[in-house]
Amino acid sequence: MAKRDESSELLRELVAHLRQNRTQLREEWVGRISETRLLTAMTKEEIFAEATSVYDSYVEALETETFEALQAYARNLSERIIPRGVETHEVVGIVLLLRDVLARSLFAKYQTDFKKLNRILDAYEPAANRIANTVAVGFVQERERVIRQQQEAIRELSTPVLQVRERLLILPIIGVIDPQRARQLTEQLLRGIRTNRAKVVVIDITGVAAMDVTVANHLVQTVEASRLLGATVIVTGLSPEIAQTLVTIGVDLGKMNTVGDLQGGIEQAERLLGYKVAALAEPS
Amino acid sequence: MEVPILKQGAVLIATFQAALSDADLNQLRSALIQQVVRFRSRGVIVDVTAMDVMDSFASRTLREIAHMIRLRGAETVIVGIQPEVAFAMVQLGLTLEGVATALDLEEGLAYLNEKFKTMK
Repeated sequence: MAKRDESSELLRELVAHLRQNRTQLREEWVGRISETRLLTAMTKEEIFAEATSVYDSYVEALETETFEALQAYARNLSERIIPRGVETHEVVGIVLLLRDVLARSLFAKYQTDFKKLNRILDAYEPAANRIANTVAVGFVQERERVIRQQQEAIRELSTPVLQVRERLLILPIIGVIDPQRARQLTEQLLRGIRTNRAKVVVIDITGVAAMDVTVANHLVQTVEASRLLGATVIVTGLSPEIAQTLVTIGVDLGKMNTVGDLQGGIEQAERLLGYKVAALAEPS
Repeated sequence: MEVPILKQGAVLIATFQAALSDADLNQLRSALIQQVVRFRSRGVIVDVTAMDVMDSFASRTLREIAHMIRLRGAETVIVGIQPEVAFAMVQLGLTLEGVATALDLEEGLAYLNEKFKTMK
């Protein structure tokens, strides 16, 4: 118990020191930040303003030994700076820099009294580490939240099933396909075939960057399920990379009808349906 | 429950009314392959619109029916597979390979008429 009291006593002394030298330490810190070229996405004034608030919350966290306020501030800060492209290493870097700057000032202050310096550091270091931890975790959590939100948004961008001609549907797929989305796509397509009484479906995957075994197999299943409903599927826009992957991993695409691009796919579909497209007049 | 088989011109139409037992399916198979020759039919349509489950036995029987009827000189079309049923079937690997399929009865008839034209 006595040790704990002593520790908070020392922390109080430390906080008083940090309050006293606020201006000087803060400037030193900001100087170190621009020296190491962190936070290049922000202007000098912005860095200074943020540094001031971080410094004050830091000192407050040391004083009260509660981290909720700091956590909230870290989350708020992350929310503001993540869209501007600030990276995790930068955030961790500046907090560690502050820790270094403050430790240096403690060395300078207590250089004559080694014992005291040791005790002060004993009190300071755990608290400082916890602060660094809190800020870093807050940043990463915020980042993950943003990523989750974006994934959600992508998933909700439903893929439209479009009718371009009587009995001809187009399903343009854009973005990443995960098993859940693949399933959703298939269900939508099968329903679309039924309601539009489609005979031919063109699935365009020009906008799909990558495809793995699961998704490829799902595509094959979609083609087969569509056939059970009496519709022919034409897959268009397989990129060279995807073609290579599919052949390498040995997905059986024998049942799939593929055409190079969307235009070719639609032309073939029109042939299957017996359409003939002709220009009204010779282009002048 | 027996499946009624209707004759419509050169086409036999068998419509499932509900889920069928394995015995019913066997009975349907033998009835169809007998009648297709007796009525000199050129096409057979099996309408499964009312089926909300298609197990491996049913799907194998449908495939056998189609292949046997081809040997008896006629064409088979399976019509009316529901979207959910179709998806469940491919997930189980039941893809009715080599069997013609169509959306519904109307499509099936249109498909067979197309076929008859080219067969002439």
